[in-house]
Amino acid sequence: MIWVDTIVQGVLLGGLYALFAAGLSLVFGIMRLVNLAHGDLIVLAAFVILTMAGALGLHPFVAVLIAAPVMFAVGWLLQTYVLNRVLGDDILPPLLVTFGLSVVIQNGLLEGFSADSQKLSAGPIEAASIKLGPIAVGVMPLLTLVSAIVVIFALNQLFYRTKLGRAFRATSDDAVTAGLMGIRPRNVFAIATGIAMVVATIAALYLGIRANFDPTIGPARLIYAFQAVIIGGLGSLWGTLAGGIVIGVAQGLGAAINPEWQILAGHIAFVLVLLIRPRGLFPRAND
Amino acid sequence: MSAPVLTISNLTAHYGDFQALFGVDLTLEQGQALAVIGANGAGKSTLMRAITGILPSPRDAITLNGRAIGHLSAPEVLEAGISMVPEGRKLFPSLSVEENLLIGAHARTGNGYWTLERLYDLFPILRERRHNPGTALSGGQQQMVAIGRALMSNPTVLLCDEISLGLAPVVIRDIYATFPKIRESGASVIVVEQDIGQALRIADHVCCMMEGRITLSGAPTDLSRDAIHNAYFGVSA
Repeated sequence: MIWVDTIVQGVLLGGLYALFAAGLSLVFGIMRLVNLAHGDLIVLAAFVILTMAGALGLHPFVAVLIAAPVMFAVGWLLQTYVLNRVLGDDILPPLLVTFGLSVVIQNGLLEGFSADSQKLSAGPIEAASIKLGPIAVGVMPLLTLVSAIVVIFALNQLFYRTKLGRAFRATSDDAVTAGLMGIRPRNVFAIATGIAMVVATIAALYLGIRANFDPTIGPARLIYAFQAVIIGGLGSLWGTLAGGIVIGVAQGLGAAINPEWQILAGHIAFVLVLLIRPRGLFPRAND
Repeated sequence: MSAPVLTISNLTAHYGDFQALFGVDLTLEQGQALAVIGANGAGKSTLMRAITGILPSPRDAITLNGRAIGHLSAPEVLEAGISMVPEGRKLFPSLSVEENLLIGAHARTGNGYWTLERLYDLFPILRERRHNPGTALSGGQQQMVAIGRALMSNPTVLLCDEISLGLAPVVIRDIYATFPKIRESGASVIVVEQDIGQALRIADHVCCMMEGRITLSGAPTDLSRDAIHNAYFGVSA
């Protein structure tokens, strides 16, 4: 029974990794941009929620409603004034710029909030659990997985059921021809990054409630997010959820064998999936 | 003679240091079908790219209904009323046939002649294939989607760049058979073609390009076969 419990906990943890990865997947899927600052932007969002909650005396679940539009604006401005300038045929400039941005965000947060660990306090719900047969499931981990599913479902609806989603897909296919349809690719990219930052803010909410965070933990979140995106198949949102769950379960199983193996087990699962299916579990047909 | 819809005056275009167009002058009248013919590399597609704003042009070199549009970007040119069927069709692989058509109306703000139903009446096979991926169709059907997509913006001027390229003659004939209906919607048309015979059949006016310049211009009935041959190849027949 302990193995069933371990797998269930791993699946729930996968929800958090899927949330880390969904924004990265969205941005990559539309503009083929690998945002190396994505993990740090999640941490930045966590500090925005912390600041809102502290300054206004709000519960984190309420503070996130204010932080989300703020982070949308951050994403929109970042894309419009920085990333759009370096997007092109050469993939190196965006990598360098987002790497630099990662360093700037980390140091900015260290300057503003110090290196002390912080945590978002959600109250009694953090310790609440429900019994599913013989297994006890934490309410917060369950809420995290449900949120990941809702976010990915909503992003899929946006992608495949709306005019904006059509513009996202058309721009992703061929930005020049999309321009001939009256679509402004740079605006589309800015909106996409804004939405990615809203998803990052939701991820930050659960990150900050689940564990301590400090300005330097962004790069590790980026690695988990990146692995989930690659395992799932580049640009596939449901694949990203599957990728997050694969890492979560692998980490859970690794930790059950030996607590020191938790992180390593996730990386080994990543390598194994890449060896067996180099394009990921659910690659987009036209990639 | 009706008022010019599109006027191109002394248009030049460059790819870096390479000059591709040299002072092109051209006028398209309301409801007219203009054919631009010329051999490979004559500058026809460059002319299309300049008109649609993909290539930058001097502000006053292109006017649409008296408004200077040479400096506008591709989305702004589309909003002004010029849409293009690009060479090679360039359908969006992620989109279904119907979505490819709908994306053509992305910038549309009001009602207009062209609707999905009218396009399906024009190209009935697309109604059957509406849920298929656009790129899963045959070449001719893809070309129908590309034309329909361009029409969905209800353009004042429709540009067609090499629409017969790679298609069987019978398919080309079927596609060009729809042009009278397209013109009935009020759109003026510029067709860029290497297929001289096809271009002469549908056009009211023909311009022949060579090495980035217009070397011959006139009504098809006024131009002799030798004159066109000479302008097209740069040698006497």
